[in-house]
Amino acid sequence: MRQQIIVSGIGGQGVLFLTRVIAQVAVNRHVPVLTAETHGMAQRGGTVLSTIKIGAFASPLVRSGQADVGLILWEANLPVHLSLLKPDGRLLVNAVDNGPGQRIDASGVARNLGNAVLANLVLLGFALKHQALPFAAEECGLAIEQLAPGKYIEQNLKAFQSGLDYAAQAAS
Amino acid sequence: MKTELMMGNEAIARGLIEAGCQIAAAYPGTPSTEVLQAVIDFRGLATDPLHIEWSVNEKIAFEVALAGSYTGKRVATVMKQVGLNVAADPFMRTAYLGVKGGMVTVVADDPGPHSSQNEQDSRLFCLQARVPVLDPSSPAEAKSMVGKAFELSEKYELNVVLRPTTRICHSRQGVAVSAPVTLARQANFQRDPTRWAATPAFLPQLHRKLNGKLAEVASEPDWQPRRTPGTGRFPRKALIASGIVYGHLMDLLDELDLAGSIDVYQVLMPYPLSPEFVKTVRGDYDQILILEETYPVIELQLAHPGAVGKGGDHVPREGELTPDVIHQVLAAFLGLAPPAEPAAERRGQRPSLCPGCPHRTAFYSIKQCFPQGIFPSDIGCYTLGMNLGAVNTVHCMGACISQGAGFFQAYRQDGDVPTIVVTIGDSTFFHAGIPALINAVVQKVRMIVVILDNATTAMTGGQPVPHMGLLADGSSTQPIAIEALVKACGVGFLEVCDPYHQEQFENLLKQADAFTRQADGGLAVLISRHGCLMDPTVRTQQESYRVTINDKCIGCRKCVDAFECPALKMDSDGIVAAVDQDRCVGCGNCIAVCPVKAIVKEVKS
Repeated sequence: MRQQIIVSGIGGQGVLFLTRVIAQVAVNRHVPVLTAETHGMAQRGGTVLSTIKIGAFASPLVRSGQADVGLILWEANLPVHLSLLKPDGRLLVNAVDNGPGQRIDASGVARNLGNAVLANLVLLGFALKHQALPFAAEECGLAIEQLAPGKYIEQNLKAFQSGLDYAAQAAS
Repeated sequence: MKTELMMGNEAIARGLIEAGCQIAAAYPGTPSTEVLQAVIDFRGLATDPLHIEWSVNEKIAFEVALAGSYTGKRVATVMKQVGLNVAADPFMRTAYLGVKGGMVTVVADDPGPHSSQNEQDSRLFCLQARVPVLDPSSPAEAKSMVGKAFELSEKYELNVVLRPTTRICHSRQGVAVSAPVTLARQANFQRDPTRWAATPAFLPQLHRKLNGKLAEVASEPDWQPRRTPGTGRFPRKALIASGIVYGHLMDLLDELDLAGSIDVYQVLMPYPLSPEFVKTVRGDYDQILILEETYPVIELQLAHPGAVGKGGDHVPREGELTPDVIHQVLAAFLGLAPPAEPAAERRGQRPSLCPGCPHRTAFYSIKQCFPQGIFPSDIGCYTLGMNLGAVNTVHCMGACISQGAGFFQAYRQDGDVPTIVVTIGDSTFFHAGIPALINAVVQKVRMIVVILDNATTAMTGGQPVPHMGLLADGSSTQPIAIEALVKACGVGFLEVCDPYHQEQFENLLKQADAFTRQADGGLAVLISRHGCLMDPTVRTQQESYRVTINDKCIGCRKCVDAFECPALKMDSDGIVAAVDQDRCVGCGNCIAVCPVKAIVKEVKS
């Protein structure tokens, strides 16, 4: 498997957690994985980007036009990070309005669950249901259980499931 | 072998524990912070006793670790690249005097820079200081270098630097882990004044010895550049890379179907550079492409007439060597079709102080009271006070107080001195602010120093500060009160106020300004005290309101622009202000900002 993924958002949206969940799925499959993350000043509400490369890679960074999948948690980042995506790459966007890519109001879904920060896992579920990522839902669920602090596991799994279900509604 | 998903910094920390490190000291700074944090998290695995400390600054961290090494134990110190500037004094002398137990100094560089005040190259610093430096290309490699670095350090009795860059520190990878060694060493300091207290009489000899050791280190078999041979498709050409750039290059060659077509060298130890390698490169190749971050350290030592690198116009001399940049450079070097120009870089959304941040309301009050003031500030979250127009200078740790003093002296010569309000965080104050405050008082400087005390080192994720009375492992210690320090520095005006109490805070600012202008006045200190909202207990303990905007809003944008809270924005039509309830923490500090009282709060049900 070779897969290059970008996760784009702003500090405080849980971009790092989503990155770790995806990387953990690869580790659980015994597939090599590399990520690059944004830490430091930008985490204070600024634009942050994670890149994830699954497979036999040596560098964690994604070159322009090479990402297979883009998970965009903050729509305003599209002009900043869209150039990383392949022309035929899969684009999943957390947004209310229409526009490029497959869209879901992940923040709205998460808000209904009690916390807008859960939009990260709603978007992951949405991406899976659209077969944008080559993972099974059970694998992601396991990774979430491994990484989330105990008292948040249930809430996180619910957010992930909401993303899966939301896609199902949209498809029907 | 067991593999765990780890950030580069965690991998280095794990390497330190596995190698039997017994003293680990650091001051936090992006991108290095998580190394010591992870040493704390992994400390239960250590089989030998392990002392871990967040030191007050990098110089102190270095010296604590250094003396530990004199006793024969393995020690480590961790800092970011500009932290090495702070530790430069002991670092430089350590090269001559050497160490006993293995000493590894982890210095994290930040090409770009992403979160630093410059993009200096610690490898060049090491060349200047004559200290061996290792340049890992992945988190796993960084970890594997740690144990070998201790061995190298002990074999030659030299401090050894491990230099990861941001892309190593903050990359995650599956990393093989193993059980820590047990060294069972007892502290045993062998007195030797000709070495540990060496006077100039002994230094030429120590310097000679150092040069001899470096010549041997350069030829160490384990640290020779690694060659991946090519098929000969590009005769008498070679690619040379070190650090993460080597990883970028290998992926790129793979993607361009060029893997194995050209000789590639990975330099593991950029200084001292292997003389055998220099000879090979000079003899076997007419043209070489050198890819390294951020300064031309390998290039300088190779001095190859056919070198393509930062010495010419071929490789950018500043910024990160991203895979896109390398693609351009490689295509030109090998005569390949040039890639499309990468899209112009856009920076995206700028960072802001968090909603509810006490610094925001302190900065807003400062700007309100002294619209024409001069505002020197410093390194930390509060650098973001520039978004509110309340930060005019940011330089290096602790500089704001001395810069404020310099502004005062320059203006005073001409008569009128504008109000100078210095802002410095609590951790930065302890790090380098105290000598500057003493100096300012002694030099009769009249200005206001606002110490932004949020009871943590917020920017780097909440490390303890001396006035909290907490050690790295969470156990308690003697707290050092800021008030007592300020008074001991001879400051004549000292007040403490929660900046959430905006009216009181502004009154105190005005009193402080009056003190700087009265005949028997002087320097005034105001401690702005309110916990960091990243600390969940601060959030849960303070009052939280439901803040909304009513129909009185005239759309003047004052709350959005001048207060700059991320939870305030203009509505989708851009006509009136709106509160983003996902981000609002309900502090209510924005209410005082509105000129028409359109921001209102109600107690949450």
